Amino acid sequence: MVVGSASQRRAAMGLRLALLTLGLVVLLLPFVYMLTTSFKPNAMVLEIPLKFFPQHPTTANYVSDWTSNHFARYFLNSVIVAVATTTAALLLSSMMAFAFARFRFPGRGLLFGLLLIALMVPTMMMLIPQFLLARHLLLLDSLLGLVVFYTGGNLAFDTFLLRSFFQDIPVELEEAMVVDGASSWTRYWRLILPLSRPALATAAIFTFLASWDEFTWALTIINDPSRYTLPIAITMFQGQHSTSWGLVFAASVIAIAPVLVTFAIFQRQFIAGIASGAVKA
Amino acid sequence: MLPTRSTASSSNPLPAGARAASPGRLSARRRQEIRSAYLFLLPGFALFALTILYPIVRAFQISLFHWAIAPGAASTFVGLGNYAHALNDPIFWRALANTGFYMAITVPTQIVLGLAAAVLLDARMPARALFRTLYYLPVVTSWVVVSLVFRYLFITNGGLVNWILHDNLHLIAHNINWLGQRWTAMTALGILGTWKGVGWSMVIFLAALQGVPRTLHEAAAVDGARAWARFRAVSLPAIRPVLAFVTVLLVIGGFNVFISVFLMTGGGPVNETQVLLTYMYREAFSFLDFGYGSAISFLLTLIVFLLALAQLRLFRRPEGGH
Repeated sequence: MVVGSASQRRAAMGLRLALLTLGLVVLLLPFVYMLTTSFKPNAMVLEIPLKFFPQHPTTANYVSDWTSNHFARYFLNSVIVAVATTTAALLLSSMMAFAFARFRFPGRGLLFGLLLIALMVPTMMMLIPQFLLARHLLLLDSLLGLVVFYTGGNLAFDTFLLRSFFQDIPVELEEAMVVDGASSWTRYWRLILPLSRPALATAAIFTFLASWDEFTWALTIINDPSRYTLPIAITMFQGQHSTSWGLVFAASVIAIAPVLVTFAIFQRQFIAGIASGAVKA
Repeated sequence: MLPTRSTASSSNPLPAGARAASPGRLSARRRQEIRSAYLFLLPGFALFALTILYPIVRAFQISLFHWAIAPGAASTFVGLGNYAHALNDPIFWRALANTGFYMAITVPTQIVLGLAAAVLLDARMPARALFRTLYYLPVVTSWVVVSLVFRYLFITNGGLVNWILHDNLHLIAHNINWLGQRWTAMTALGILGTWKGVGWSMVIFLAALQGVPRTLHEAAAVDGARAWARFRAVSLPAIRPVLAFVTVLLVIGGFNVFISVFLMTGGGPVNETQVLLTYMYREAFSFLDFGYGSAISFLLTLIVFLLALAQLRLFRRPEGGH
């Protein structure tokens, strides 16, 4: 930045941009190809020689997904599960975070430590016992079974995130309320939660997207096609020998569109969250 | 994002010593406080204990049994029998080797390419935020969707990868049967892993590089150090702890590879491309051997914990530089 003439610096910047653009092309190519394939008539999808762009673009795959392949049902299932999970997880984890941030009580360190340990254990390790538990609780093959375990799975992370935010809210505000005789529930509901909108929004985004994208648990406990969520439904187009790729990718575009829109709007929070190391990969 | 102490306190209508104004009856209040805390914790922690803590303990217990799948049927205690079975099972070792191969591809490439992209972006330049956002796009896209896209890209006849390598670049004489053979399939899976994760490591490295004081770079530049030398002498030592952090998380991520293998090869042909978790899933949910499946996933957890510990030790320099 100090050495080098103006022309040298311009050449270095050109090289920088060229390399970054090359990387970008490689990273975006699969997305573009997915998009163009979703607009190809299904017969054309594995044509030889391959054509990157459809010669006769059509929305038939989207129409077919939405009308004859029950996609409205799967989309609705995904929305129900993700909204219910996010609501439940935020309510329960913010209450726990409030307890950890504002109260001293016996076992505080132990209980918080258990939450942290759970964050480090691979989720796949719990799959078999969770399946047996869900069967015992008659939660197999139900959307409630998804919501209960998704909520449980997001609690530790959300509590961790919200607790550190709550700790930074000055205690003096609550002490004034205590003097006025406010209960701890009032302090939590009327003061802490309204002041914590940014942290609640971050937790909500991550929880919503985690349950929107979740595949393995749904694959394990859902059999009835009327209870498929989008990730399961998409893979069901994929057969052992023939796959309707046009339908698969039209469905995929539908499934990832809400995620990409959310990311586009909140990308600053996403990237700040990741960069600070606060957010799991 | 965080309200700073000063601005938030300025909206406080009462003087700061409010607590001092209400002394006395401490033990009654203390008991009340403890009760409130437990009430706030109860619903969330009960659900957490039921759906997470209990299954963690249960996983180990199940791994000690030849588990009877019928509800209520008695299972046979086999001690460490399932673990012994794993150590004598060639497919388990192959799954472990495949997982290792996957990591050998994804960990170094994500570090090198992510760091390279971060270094390139660590400057005043046009469209910087746009590059960063777009590089991050694969990270936020679901594993299910990208696995299906890559399965399509790697199709032997009519797939984009062979089309580029054979029809356009003429680098290969015949179309490669990518997903039908062990090592080419594992390579394709590794490419997917790197493609999806490189934006994540880039963002973390970029944040770390931006934390390196500018004055250090300028001092080195005045001394005539060229860009590469400056990078090695100034940037690299400064981001060493972040490098360790990223490496550990990438290794853990590599051990947890599942969805992409499950959807791209299904562990086939004939178990050639099983990784630990696809093998665990098949043993448990296709063959209903819950005891053996639990043993495999418990071994995986053990390896992950040991490696995380070992790597943290390796990367920590004797002088404890941070």
